[in-house]
Amino acid sequence: MNAISLYFRYLSVTLRGKMEYKWSFLMMALGSFAIAVGEVAAIWVMFSRFGSLRGWTLPQVAFFYGGVNICIALAETIFRGFDLFSHLIRKGDFDRLLLRPRSTILQVAGQDVSPTHIGKVAQGLIVLLWAASRLHVAWTPAKAALAVAGIGGGVCVFAGLFVLQATMCFWTIESLELMNILTYGGSEAAQYPLSIYRPWLRNLFTWLVPLACIAYVPSAAIFARPGAIVPLLSWLSPLAGVVFLALSLRVWRIGVRHYCSTGT
Amino acid sequence: MSAYYAIIATRFRALLQYRAAAAAGFATQLFWGLVRVMVVTAFYQSSTAHQPMSLSQSITYIWLGQAMLAMLPWNVDREIAAMVRSGDVVYELLRPRDLYAVWFSRILALRTAPTLLRAVPMFVIALLLGMEPPKTAASAIAYVVSVMAAVLLSAAITAMVSISLLWTISGDGVLRIMGALVMLFSGLLVPLPLFPSWAQTALDWLPFRGIADIPYRLYMGHIPASDLHWALVSQLGWTAVFVLIGRLMLWRGTRRLVVQGG
Repeated sequence: MNAISLYFRYLSVTLRGKMEYKWSFLMMALGSFAIAVGEVAAIWVMFSRFGSLRGWTLPQVAFFYGGVNICIALAETIFRGFDLFSHLIRKGDFDRLLLRPRSTILQVAGQDVSPTHIGKVAQGLIVLLWAASRLHVAWTPAKAALAVAGIGGGVCVFAGLFVLQATMCFWTIESLELMNILTYGGSEAAQYPLSIYRPWLRNLFTWLVPLACIAYVPSAAIFARPGAIVPLLSWLSPLAGVVFLALSLRVWRIGVRHYCSTGT
Repeated sequence: MSAYYAIIATRFRALLQYRAAAAAGFATQLFWGLVRVMVVTAFYQSSTAHQPMSLSQSITYIWLGQAMLAMLPWNVDREIAAMVRSGDVVYELLRPRDLYAVWFSRILALRTAPTLLRAVPMFVIALLLGMEPPKTAASAIAYVVSVMAAVLLSAAITAMVSISLLWTISGDGVLRIMGALVMLFSGLLVPLPLFPSWAQTALDWLPFRGIADIPYRLYMGHIPASDLHWALVSQLGWTAVFVLIGRLMLWRGTRRLVVQGG
């Protein structure tokens, strides 16, 4: 419990610091909003031109878009410190964290919080709720719970990716931009149903990074698409995200043990 | 004039050194391109109606966009931003040179060198992956000429955003808004011909077509090479407008400049 209250203390300190620059903060939030509006507009343009996407409708794709954006934005908000981890390593500031009697995961995560990503969560939620109301789905508590579980699992997947990206800094010092393919590329790809992609991409985001388990499988079950897999399996699939995060944190601990300061 | 040429040449050579960043950018752009091509292919397979562009043309359009991404006005010169934030911009004002021209020269290098590093390998790979070659030799020439005008237009927009830093200090917000406008209305997110027909007139009147859409369509002959002069009128006209706005902003900005820090 102590750890969680400490994390929220970190958050409130950074937030108050950011709010000192109100104008800058507002412009950032507005900028993120503009980007999201542009992306939604792009999806709308495609649907107004082609009508459907291999049998998927606009509300269904909007449901994917909103859900995945909530996931990555929440992960970016909570695990922002891991995203900026290379700075910590390069300056040798990670040494200080090691001296403190608290977990490194908590301290790195609490390094920074990005309020503009909270705005992105809100935008994702708007799109998701709009989509949910247009889906022609008979919403039951069970289906709503599955949607929430999928989002929870998705946050874990993206958080795990941020942790892995940071872990590589122990060896490379530099932040590995190639990881963007999995994080931002993953969120880009998962905005559409994975079934439209070629097998190599589908396999990448099913078996290596379990994005399919948190987006495609639960959504297909909610939409009651023909060919959706057995209910029990779709219920269990968001757990893949939790497993992925747990594995990533294990790799992180291996990285910490191999850490060798840059000395600067 | 030779001073500005020297700035362009020096910055250009300096920016060519960032090869690791270019390799990472290239890999990311390649991945994005592959995803986009799959999405657009799936859309084309969902409708039998006649489209204003063939699937193969849309794929070519996407690859051109991935190859030329660094050319778009999506970032500012980091050193200019740092100068404004630290207050070192006062030294720039002391120099006996036209500040707008100095910054414009730096930005021209920023818009060309990183693009060159990424575009060359991307063209090779994309041509292997199904991008069409230019329609005719005339289309190829029209494309190259129009890209040059697009660089000027993009640099003029970048300069305007950079100058806005004098007011906002941290310009990330303005940059994001501009980035969002550019991405949607230049054709990077969706090829512009696929927009509804009622939107086409509005898109014609926006400045962003000239950064990406016009050169790409000249390349594939979707705009005939004989219409190149119209493309240039639009591109260079907007460049002039943004240069004027930028100069006006810089003039006002430096008159009321309050230097940060010490």
